Amino acid sequence: MTDARAAVAEAFRAEWGRIVAGLIARTGDWDLAEECTADAFAAALESWPRDGVPDRPGAWLTTTARNRAVDRLRRARVGEAKLRLLAATATADGPTDEPSSDHSGGDSEPHDDRLRLLYTCCHPALGFEAQVALALRTLTGLTTTEIARAFLVPKATMAKRLVRAKQKIRVAGIPYRVPPPHQLPERTGAVLGVVYLLFNEGYGATSGDGLMRPELTREALRLAGLVADLMPDQPEALGLLALLRLHEARAATRIGADGELVPLEEQDRTAWNHATIADAVGLLQRALRRERPGPYQLQAMIAACHTAAVRAEDTDWARIVRLYDQLLDHVPSPVVRLNRAVAVAMADGPEAGLALVDAVAPDLGDYPLLPATRADLLRRAGRRREAAEEYRRALAAAGNDGERRYLTRRLAELDP
Amino acid sequence: MRYLLLISADEALEPEVISDEGLRRFHEWFADLERRGVLRGHEGLHPSSMATTVRVRDGEVLLTDGPFMETKDQIGGFALIECADLDEAVEIAAGHPAARFGQVEIRPVR
Repeated sequence: MTDARAAVAEAFRAEWGRIVAGLIARTGDWDLAEECTADAFAAALESWPRDGVPDRPGAWLTTTARNRAVDRLRRARVGEAKLRLLAATATADGPTDEPSSDHSGGDSEPHDDRLRLLYTCCHPALGFEAQVALALRTLTGLTTTEIARAFLVPKATMAKRLVRAKQKIRVAGIPYRVPPPHQLPERTGAVLGVVYLLFNEGYGATSGDGLMRPELTREALRLAGLVADLMPDQPEALGLLALLRLHEARAATRIGADGELVPLEEQDRTAWNHATIADAVGLLQRALRRERPGPYQLQAMIAACHTAAVRAEDTDWARIVRLYDQLLDHVPSPVVRLNRAVAVAMADGPEAGLALVDAVAPDLGDYPLLPATRADLLRRAGRRREAAEEYRRALAAAGNDGERRYLTRRLAELDP
Repeated sequence: MRYLLLISADEALEPEVISDEGLRRFHEWFADLERRGVLRGHEGLHPSSMATTVRVRDGEVLLTDGPFMETKDQIGGFALIECADLDEAVEIAAGHPAARFGQVEIRPVR
């Protein structure tokens, strides 16, 4: 019973985006696709505990969702063409579930439906926030409530934003496809941005118990892989994939036995996934050979500096500072300046870093990682009392329990 | 899909529109529309100073001399097109000479 429920939850993470993307491809109806997919999971929750988990859960869900769509379209007596499409695909590719490659919009590249969905969500006629929200909703099945929480907006606001975005896709005739080659470069920036954000949300959850949400990082990695495959000549796509893999290679060592965040310098470097690191560095080198560095390649180079150091004290912080300088040329954001300040602290001492942190602080507003960063630098500078104060502030701002446990430990070390 | 392209620009830039280069670009754009077979209607408008705006309030017809929005950029022409999707409409709109110094708003037609 609990196994069956776990199987449904696992299938949800693995299959939601694929089933929704496939149904949109076949019916052109976003709401129908989401609703029928949700119905299929509801049916699984009812039947799997009773009848057992099917051999191929993905195929079972795909067929169930598709049948539901056929029923609903038939009852609505509309969309003869849609019905034919659904019927045709049911016999042609069967309820199997290879990533379908038979609807690639007329060009010869076989495209995963999820990639078409991603590019459509990231169409430049939609605002950036709508792009991200829609991609999260349709590709990962995050609920409106969860997305609203991630964006720090009320649920009603997010619901309205999603409805409006879907309506615009339909009414304004935004095509459901991976754009033709001449448009790929300009369209890919938004896609990479969405994948990056998705990964970040999974890597340092802004809410909840767990430090990480592996279903989000997994989805982001998979999408980054698809985008990089699609555009082997686009160095930023390779750079992003390399960056995410470098983070992923360290993921297991970021979490201690009781779920607390383990900072980079305390991680067990022998437990990093060195095969993944080697693979990511290979990707990064391929990207860098194009000699068109961008923000993702630079961040991957920074991550690679960390993974290249056998011990934390071997880290080449001076090089990392230089890389942050280059990154600032591309992305002049206060968050990048804050990260650079940390690198400066490690290269030239904590007081030098603190001066830079104080300089950037007014531009950061209530960015949750600001007090944690200040606290760590104050601790390194031996300013215990001020450090403790900042750790308390950081605790109040922390987004998840993993961060809270880490900060609590630091605070306890300061005032025993 | 049918779209109305609302072409607007700063009216002070009119000399650019009617310069030789401007006219050449415009003819190119028009030829492209004919090649695509998407044009359903297209007109240029007299300047906004020639406009009259009508409102009916409490049953009374009120007239204002001028356009309904007093902004620097004014609608100078429109085109009704029928094409595959928004991407094609964007390509067509981007080819209009006024897009270089003004803008083209693409509105799907109900």
